[in-house]
Amino acid sequence: MTDIANSTVPPVPPECKTTGVVTVPQPLITARGVNVFYGDKRALKDVSIDIANNQVLAMIGPSGCGKSTFLRCFNRMNDTIDGARVTGSLQLEGQDIYEKRQDVVQLRARIGMVFQKPNPFPKSIYDNVAYGPRIHGLAADRIELDEIVQTSLKRAGLWEEVKDRLAAPGTSLSGGQQQRLCIARTIAVNPEVILMDEPCSALDPIATARIEDLIDELRASYAIIIVTHSMQQAARVSQRTAYFHLGDLIEVGETDRIFTNPRHKLTEDYITGRFG
Amino acid sequence: MSKTVAQTRALVEKSLRRRRLAELRFQAYGIAAVSIGVLFVILLFGSIIAKGAPAFRQAYVTLDVFIDPEVLYPDGTVDTELLATADYVALVRGSLKQRFMDVEGRAATRQLVELVSGSAVQDLQALVQADPKRVGTHQMLTFLADDKVDQYLKGNITRSTPEVDRSLSDQQLDWVDALKASKALELRFNKVFFTHGDSREPEQAGVWGAVVGSLYTLGVTLLLSFPVAVATAIYLEEFARRNRWTDLIEVNINNLAAVPSIVYGLLGLAMFLNFFGMPRSAPLVGGLVLALLTLPTIIIASRAALKGVPPSIREAAIGMGASPIQTVLHHVLPLAMPGMLTGTIIGMARALGETAPLLMIGMVAFIVDVPGSLSSPATVLPVQVFLWADSPERAFVERTSGAILVLLAFLVLMNATAVILRNRFERRW
Ligand SMILES: Nc1ncnc2c1ncn2[C@@H]1O[C@H](COP(=O)(O)OP(=O)(O)OP(=O)(O)O)[C@@H](O)[C@H]1O
Ligand SMILES: [Mg+2]
Repeated sequence: MTDIANSTVPPVPPECKTTGVVTVPQPLITARGVNVFYGDKRALKDVSIDIANNQVLAMIGPSGCGKSTFLRCFNRMNDTIDGARVTGSLQLEGQDIYEKRQDVVQLRARIGMVFQKPNPFPKSIYDNVAYGPRIHGLAADRIELDEIVQTSLKRAGLWEEVKDRLAAPGTSLSGGQQQRLCIARTIAVNPEVILMDEPCSALDPIATARIEDLIDELRASYAIIIVTHSMQQAARVSQRTAYFHLGDLIEVGETDRIFTNPRHKLTEDYITGRFG
Repeated sequence: MSKTVAQTRALVEKSLRRRRLAELRFQAYGIAAVSIGVLFVILLFGSIIAKGAPAFRQAYVTLDVFIDPEVLYPDGTVDTELLATADYVALVRGSLKQRFMDVEGRAATRQLVELVSGSAVQDLQALVQADPKRVGTHQMLTFLADDKVDQYLKGNITRSTPEVDRSLSDQQLDWVDALKASKALELRFNKVFFTHGDSREPEQAGVWGAVVGSLYTLGVTLLLSFPVAVATAIYLEEFARRNRWTDLIEVNINNLAAVPSIVYGLLGLAMFLNFFGMPRSAPLVGGLVLALLTLPTIIIASRAALKGVPPSIREAAIGMGASPIQTVLHHVLPLAMPGMLTGTIIGMARALGETAPLLMIGMVAFIVDVPGSLSSPATVLPVQVFLWADSPERAFVERTSGAILVLLAFLVLMNATAVILRNRFERRW
């Protein structure tokens, strides 16, 4: 690991109009003046923000404001979309994510992602979790792989429910269990950052509560960025909150502060339910 | 003015009745359409089976043959070299004359010998040459009867037809009846049909040559078209960026699928035979031509199968850090395989039934030998059907239908394999 304190943190460009403090003391990821274009359409406008380690950042905002678009910038999932173009700078520990030499496979091993709809592979529970370690060569032998699978499922809070049927198909689980399986699959490769795009939107309140507890535990080891439509959820799980509006990052701040004392008019309208 | 609840309900009731009627009517149409389809299938299969089934039985005649040393060694010197050129017809003739003592004169004798197939001579020669010690013994031997005798036994030639209009004379029919009465002549399973190649003599003609030709040809087709088509589909669907070139390729593939098959035959003739100098009538060339023909079909089906794989699976794999090729091989391909196999089978079934392009590359030749390699002259089942359908002999009519039955059995077998393969791949999660 590079020494974060010594790596130079890029300055926030002066044209950044975001309310609140976008920087953090020792950022893991820095985004500076990030724009995303889908063809000619500019979906994200000059977004600058820091991501801190061991913290949950919640991204909220009305539908279509660019939350998912921004989230997909971090692990370069936008590369797979024809016509999508990203400008500006994104650095993971001082290393440019969009640099030509950057290996996306390595990047995605460091920055894991959990999707809105649970999408386990049509394979066994075991193979779902073992897939990442296998392709990245993380386990020397079967014993080590078994161990990784077990710890990952335990940390995802799924072990007790599936330990007797690891050979059963991942898709035979309930929606909430599938989502926890996807989280287990993501943490099995031991990433540094976990991106979550509305991970609970397809789940009932009980399953949601379990995932939220899980996020809170995982925070101890990872930086987590979560997109959510539920302000209660943002308030419950995150330490920092970013509010997006029509491609602009309007306001960033401590979650408590954003929800009790929003400074920007648009943020206030949104969290009080007058908009969106 | 808005309607009351009662009014609304009455209107809905009325429309309901109308909708139910429409539904019933549509069901009736559907059932009628299916019935018509089933009826035609039954008619088709019924007539082919009725016509083709007799081809699986064939008249055989059993004779007591004296392997006469005076005929085989005319000079009296015992020399096995002579067995290669001896007059075996005389042995058959002798045996028949023994059976019908009263036959006199060359013409009558010739008529008598005509009852036995020409293959009897070869069978006899093979038997004697295999073991020259048999010379001088009596043997009970079973030979193919002539196709006309076969047709008489099957009731396709009847006594009621005037003698001049049928190929067997009254005299011959008497002999046949006598042989039949003594159980020396009977219908048996037609082994020749399933083990021999084509022949001018119907009783000696079989489909095995065509079956082997079809197997070789389809083998070449499958080995070429499946990997190429799957690779093409994967590249176009998963890797190629959409641009003018890929659009052009796509349009062309769709057009190729609609090109009449004879055009592929002309292409094969011009390219493989005339330009590359490959052998005529060879399964290799036939397979190449049919591979070109089936490629578009399999590509289109494979692309559809790939399109059907949910994008969330690709996202999941890419998000885990799988490389594009890993994403395809580990996740997309297994899910698309059943659809690809279905497309392949449809393509292969089409290739199996193709006749026109093979005519262009000379696979229509009359070939007696069962092909031994990919470059030896061969024909295929549909072409064999075509050839026999063109033959004047009555016995070829049933053989034509018999060959169609074999072709259909081939098809059913292929489809069954496809279903089994698909079920194996299609592990529903
Ligand atoms: N693949 C794409 N091609 C073109 N435009 C896109 C694409 N994906 C998203 N967009 C556009 O970019 C804008 C931002 O989309 P994005 O999916 O990031 O919104 P979001 O904030 O995640 O919305 P939601 O809360 O509904 O998920 C939208 O206007 C959307 O129409
Ligand atoms: Mg979204």
